[in-house]
Amino acid sequence: MRNNVLSGALLGVGIAAFVDETVFHQLLHWHHFYDKSTPAVGLVSDGVFHAASFFATVASLFLLSSLRRQGAFRARPWWGGLLTAAGAFQLYDGTVQHKLLRLHQIRYEVDLTAYDWSWNIVAVLLVAAGVVLLARSRTAVAA
Amino acid sequence: MIWGLAVLAGAYAVAVARLSRRDADWPAGRSLAWYAGLATAAAATFGHHHDFRAHMSAHLLLGMAAPLLLVLGRPVTLTLRALPVGPARRVSRVLRTPALRMVTHPVTAAVLDAGGLWLLYTTDLYAQALARPWLHTLVQAHMLLAGGLLTAAVIGRDPAPHRPGPIVRGAVFLAFVAAHGILAKHLYGYPPPGVPAGEAAAGAQIMYYGGDLLHLVVIVLFFRQCFAPTRQRRPWRLVSVAPAGESRGDAA
Repeated sequence: MRNNVLSGALLGVGIAAFVDETVFHQLLHWHHFYDKSTPAVGLVSDGVFHAASFFATVASLFLLSSLRRQGAFRARPWWGGLLTAAGAFQLYDGTVQHKLLRLHQIRYEVDLTAYDWSWNIVAVLLVAAGVVLLARSRTAVAA
Repeated sequence: MIWGLAVLAGAYAVAVARLSRRDADWPAGRSLAWYAGLATAAAATFGHHHDFRAHMSAHLLLGMAAPLLLVLGRPVTLTLRALPVGPARRVSRVLRTPALRMVTHPVTAAVLDAGGLWLLYTTDLYAQALARPWLHTLVQAHMLLAGGLLTAAVIGRDPAPHRPGPIVRGAVFLAFVAAHGILAKHLYGYPPPGVPAGEAAAGAQIMYYGGDLLHLVVIVLFFRQCFAPTRQRRPWRLVSVAPAGESRGDAA
C-alpha cells in the first residue's frame, strides 16, 4: 500500500514536470527558459526540482515494476498518489516558483490573471481528486 | 591529451590479451564501452572550440559521455585480473589507502566536477584557457577525470572498498544534477567573459538539455542497480551494490 502511493507520487511529480517542460517550454514556447528578473533562490529551487523530477520518474518506474513482480500493485492508491503529487507540484510551480520566486511567468505580453487562475485551479482539482482516491483506498483496506 | 588516450587504449588491449591467453572470460561489451569512451573523448578534444556552442558540446562529450562509457569498461576490475597476484595485491592496497578513499568518495568527486565547472564558466578561466593551449589541455583532462570519478562513485561496478550506500550516492548525484542545471541557466543570462550573449544562450541550452539526457542515463543505471532483484523478503529495498559478477572466470 505505502509503496503503491510512493510510486504513484514519484511518477506524479515526474509527469507534472515533464508536461511543464514539453508543453509549455518546448511546444508552446510560452515559458521562458530563464527570465533575467529571476532571483538566485528561484534558480536554485528550479534546479533542485528539475533534478528531483528526473530521479522521481526513474525511481517510480523501477518501484512499479518491483511491485508488479511481487503482485503487490494496487491501482487506487497508486493513482491517488500520482494525482495528489502532480497537483501539488503544479500548485508549487504556479504559486511559489512563478509568483513568489518569479522564476518565469506562464506567458508573456498578455494579462496573466486568467492563466494564473486556471493553472492553480487545475492544480487544486488534481490534488482533490488524488486525495479522494487515497481516502477511498484507505477505507477499502479497512473494510 | 590524445597521447594519454592512446596509452589507455593500448594498456586495455594488453590487459584483455593477457586474460584471453589465460582463457579467462572478459565480456566484449566492456571492451566496446571502453573504446567507445576513448573515441568519444578523442572526438571531443579535436576541433576548434572558440565557438561556445561547439565548446559546450565537446564539454558534454568529454565530461559526461566519455566517462560514463569508460566506467562501464570496468578498468579497475580488468587491471586487478590481468596483473599477477603480487602486483594486483599492491594495487588493491593502494585502492584502500585513505587518500584514494577520500578522492573517490562521491562528495569529493561531485565537488571536483561541479566546482571545476563553476570556476571555468564564472571566472575568466574560460578565456584564459582559450588563449593558452597547455591550460586548455589541463581543463580538458580535469573534465574527463572529474567526470570519471563522479560516474564511478555513483554507478561504478569496479571493486571499491568503502563505497557509500545508495542513499548517499543518489543524493550526491541529485545535488550534482541540480548544480549543473542551475549553472546552465545562470550562463544563459550571464555569459562567461568574452562570450557573445547569443552564443552563450545557445551553449547554455545545449548544456542544460544535453546534460539532462546524459544524467538520465546515469540515473537509470543507478536505479537498475538499486532495484536489482534479490532474494530478500522486501526486494525493493535499496541494496548496496557489492562488486558483483567477479566470481565467474576468477577460477580460470
